[in-house]
Amino acid sequence: MSQPESAVADAQAGGPSNGTSAKQQEPLAKLAERYGLRRAIARPSLPVYLRQLWDRRHFVMTYATSRNVSKYSTSALGQLWQVLTPLLNAAIYWVMFGVILGASKKVENYPAFLMTGMFVFTYTQRSVSGGAKSISGNLSLIRALHFPRAALPLAYTIQEFQQLLISMGVLFVLVLITGEPLTVLWLLVPVALLLQTMFNIGASMVLARIGATSRDLNQLLPFITRTWLYASGVFFYIQDKVVDSGHLPQWVADLMYFNPAAAHIELMRDLLIESHPVRPWVWFTCVFWAVFALIGGFWYFWRAEEKYGRG
Amino acid sequence: MAELTEELPQVKADESSVPSADVKVHPAPDPPRHPRAGTPTVIVDDLHIIYRVYGAATESEKGNAANALMRLVKRQGRPEMKEVHAVRGVSFVSYHGDAIGIIGRNGSGKSTLLRAIAGLLPPHSGAVYTDGQPSLLGVNAALMRELTGERNIVLGCYAMGMNPAQVREKYDEIVDFSGIGEFVQFPMSTYSSGMGARLRFAIASAKAHDVLLIDEALATGDRDFKRKSQERIMQMREEAGSVFLVAHNLDVIEETCNRVIWLHKGKIKMDGDPKTVLDAYNA
Repeated sequence: MSQPESAVADAQAGGPSNGTSAKQQEPLAKLAERYGLRRAIARPSLPVYLRQLWDRRHFVMTYATSRNVSKYSTSALGQLWQVLTPLLNAAIYWVMFGVILGASKKVENYPAFLMTGMFVFTYTQRSVSGGAKSISGNLSLIRALHFPRAALPLAYTIQEFQQLLISMGVLFVLVLITGEPLTVLWLLVPVALLLQTMFNIGASMVLARIGATSRDLNQLLPFITRTWLYASGVFFYIQDKVVDSGHLPQWVADLMYFNPAAAHIELMRDLLIESHPVRPWVWFTCVFWAVFALIGGFWYFWRAEEKYGRG
Repeated sequence: MAELTEELPQVKADESSVPSADVKVHPAPDPPRHPRAGTPTVIVDDLHIIYRVYGAATESEKGNAANALMRLVKRQGRPEMKEVHAVRGVSFVSYHGDAIGIIGRNGSGKSTLLRAIAGLLPPHSGAVYTDGQPSLLGVNAALMRELTGERNIVLGCYAMGMNPAQVREKYDEIVDFSGIGEFVQFPMSTYSSGMGARLRFAIASAKAHDVLLIDEALATGDRDFKRKSQERIMQMREEAGSVFLVAHNLDVIEETCNRVIWLHKGKIKMDGDPKTVLDAYNA
């Protein structure tokens, strides 16, 4: 029975190898349609994508925790480094800027000012750098298993969030040691962290997509984040440096305060440090960045969902 | 029988679309043990896959100082990115109950083709249509060497899309099947290569699949485990709509498959029943 059939097939096989579908009795695409087969790679609609991501929440959480556990498993001090690294950084900047360059004279309770800025900025910086590597560094995972790719940058941010919870505990203790009173405002810290986390997720999604195709981003990113660090007023008081001592127009300072990292740092200082002058609009800026980055970043990442395997 | 005759036109369309094939043999129809036998599960339509490789350089471009200087003088960038045209116009149709072996030399595009069927590598042109979600048998990439076997089992199961209840249900079965015993509490970096392979296979095969893609998964572990894993594959084949198997071990292909596709330099060289294709391949 299969004999005549192969003869026909043989006769037809003489044509050029590409684009033969037009000559066939039934193009393969039609055949697929008739039996209700779907394209193996197709981007789901945004609501479906969100639901798929929600279904993978256990994977995201487990992946984030596992990365945290394995990250420090080879060092003797283990997870203590999560706290030691920002502390050591803060110590270096305190010597450099506080003692040698004299920035501490302009700010009341400079240690608390510096450490708050350092811990808050480190969270955003590490989320963003991790996000940039989350796709390009996991190509083998992407080429082996199905899951909404947004799970990867999301897991990297959650991993940093888990680390942040530890370092926040340390920050509270240190700020109390420097003599700040425990106020009602501290109750708003979780809200501030939620806003920052929303921004971090969105930003890491954007960088994940960019980093997936442009390999040079990972080399460039340290310079970008360092510039960002200096522009965000982590170890100096922007209003004083730019307007009062720098004699630049006020809009330069306003622009710098609009920068999301600076806004989140200012917000946390407002909450934790009593002597810190309250910036107007800081809540508004943080909410704007959180919503804008989360929605925009997620949408931007989803747009290239089906392309992430190519490298 | 009526059902089979009905399918003939499509089979013909399928066969004729296979480009540049030297020999055409229709695969022997599988015994219709599946109620939907004869309906297509995977349609690959003139598929081209091009992927990018970074850091690749040909012998003449490799970094000695003179070449680097020449490139600077000529204002050429480093030849870091290369495009690899791994699959060049492959078309075929697989049907319910098919177990298709894919053979070919190293670098002939076998693994790339599997990944494209799984929907993990985007096609450059052409398309892959599937019934249900094809999945690769393999979770290696999701596991972490520094973590214990316990944690890796949970992580691997979640990575394959299970929910917590399914993970609890499958956990003991995975540990039993892998046969690693109390080593499950140690980091995977302390395992012997055989133990690691056994645990990976045990995790990967814990889930049922619509269309199952197996890439050289059989060549792991000692003889005892090989037999066990082969039985497991047979069992998974019964449950799955179709199975694709890439292996260098041709005996496995001959035992397991009812159809073999021979890939050569990204094109189908031959597509037919195992004996004919394997004879030609070995010739």
